[in-house]
Amino acid sequence: MTALLEVEDLRVAYGKIEAVKGISFSVEAGQVVTLIGTNGAGKTTTLRTLSGLLKPSGGRITFDGKPLGNVPAHKIVALGLAHSPEGRHIFPRLTIAENLQLGAFLRTDKAGIEKDIQRAYDLFPILGERRKQAAGTLSGGEQQMLAMGRALMSQPKLLMLDEPSMGLSPIMMQKIMETIVELKAAGTTILLVEQNAQAALSLADQGHVMEVGKIVLSGPGSDLLHDESVRKAYLGED
Amino acid sequence: MHELPQQLANGLALGALYGLIAIGYTMVYGIVQLINFAHGEIFMIGGFGALTTYIMLPSGTTLLVAIPLMIIGGAIASVAVATAAERFAYRPLRGAPRLAPLITAIGLSIVLQQLVWGFYPDAKKPRSFPEFQGESFKLLDNLYLQRADAFVLVLAPLCMLALGLFVAKSRSGRAMQATAQDPDTAKLMGINTDRIIVMAFAIGAAFAAVASVAYGLDKGQINFEMGFILGLKAFTAAVLGGIGNIYGAMVGGVVLGLAEALSIAYIEEIPGMQQLGGGAWANVWAFVLLIVVLLVRPQGLLGERVTDRA
Repeated sequence: MTALLEVEDLRVAYGKIEAVKGISFSVEAGQVVTLIGTNGAGKTTTLRTLSGLLKPSGGRITFDGKPLGNVPAHKIVALGLAHSPEGRHIFPRLTIAENLQLGAFLRTDKAGIEKDIQRAYDLFPILGERRKQAAGTLSGGEQQMLAMGRALMSQPKLLMLDEPSMGLSPIMMQKIMETIVELKAAGTTILLVEQNAQAALSLADQGHVMEVGKIVLSGPGSDLLHDESVRKAYLGED
Repeated sequence: MHELPQQLANGLALGALYGLIAIGYTMVYGIVQLINFAHGEIFMIGGFGALTTYIMLPSGTTLLVAIPLMIIGGAIASVAVATAAERFAYRPLRGAPRLAPLITAIGLSIVLQQLVWGFYPDAKKPRSFPEFQGESFKLLDNLYLQRADAFVLVLAPLCMLALGLFVAKSRSGRAMQATAQDPDTAKLMGINTDRIIVMAFAIGAAFAAVASVAYGLDKGQINFEMGFILGLKAFTAAVLGGIGNIYGAMVGGVVLGLAEALSIAYIEEIPGMQQLGGGAWANVWAFVLLIVVLLVRPQGLLGERVTDRA
């Protein structure tokens, strides 16, 4: 069986500076896979390349059996790959409901869209309460919920979450992580990028540690969580 | 003050004209942060497209039939030139330093003027537009509305209303707002942002064509240079209203138009300011107003303060 997402020797460069230096990993349907590592390790660059915002300088990306490398960004979501970007990037002057509708921009099944918007409100009740409010007025954690809800609106085969816990209060962070566990239980395939290694590894099936553009360590999430070098480098233990 | 209603009406009509042209600056700026200095020439080309259409109509066509066709012909010409400019002049420079597309726009403006001057038959002197003015409408004892003013005062709000509905309600309009707010994320939603940018240029050009027909009918003639000062004024209106905001463009246009009309009529009545009034100083007062507004509200009347995009 081939994986849903197959990344082979992927390289991405900004001008002459290579940010991703030949990484390979795969995501099987139903799995949660996480990329962890410090700032500047190339995690966000990897996700932005997968969703077409950056062009790879080398290597191969295969998603659901199709090569992705040169597909323009606006055609990626139609293939079933949704991206909740770092920094949330909700549309601040549109309402919450409009943001969610934009997540379903390419869908034409009105009834289905309505049902999924309702599902997003069930998942995050605060969004439902404030549906007519401009998204820019939400708190950071609420914006994160909106960004995740919006990404789910395309009914993706693979959901990519970039730093969903960044800048959130501990309570909000926990809420977001619980939601990811819920989504996983519902069978959603997730590629999760996180700096919060503890949280990410404890819910991931598979984890990859990135350092300056390379994957330096891979393994099941629980193994990495107990790996001594990971604990030292990312979990702040000596 | 007996003539105040008349001055207000003149100012409103002028302002509506500025507002129609200002839409083009503000929409393009709102989406690609480019000041399309060639937009004045897009307006001018709309006028020549309309004139060409009129010349091709069989003689004796009534204005009731001719004018809608002229608007369509003008819009075809201006939209064609504007979208070609986007595709071949601006798109290759996307991602280049801001100064490059700006200089390109100024160059394009000169090129378009010279092309019309050089190649449009008899365009080296003003070309006359169909006779339209005739008798004015008498609304009050002291308020007459010229036919061309009535034309623009009816059409401009209709165009604005249609645009407002389109942007707020339609799927493409929603995509346009998303692209303006965050182009990369708009792509992640599946929005073809290149198409949205072309659409912004096209809508602005079509509005400029409507304005050019109104202008030609008002003055009775058009010329290859007319886009320069009107473009500058409309750009001023867009900035005054808050560039990037479509309602701001219209509000800025009206405020500017009223300021000009009132300054022409009343500044010279202020003791000691006799020599600073009249038509010759109207442009000066228009730009003084711009400076004052920008000192108090740098973002323009309806503009939003740009905050850091986190």
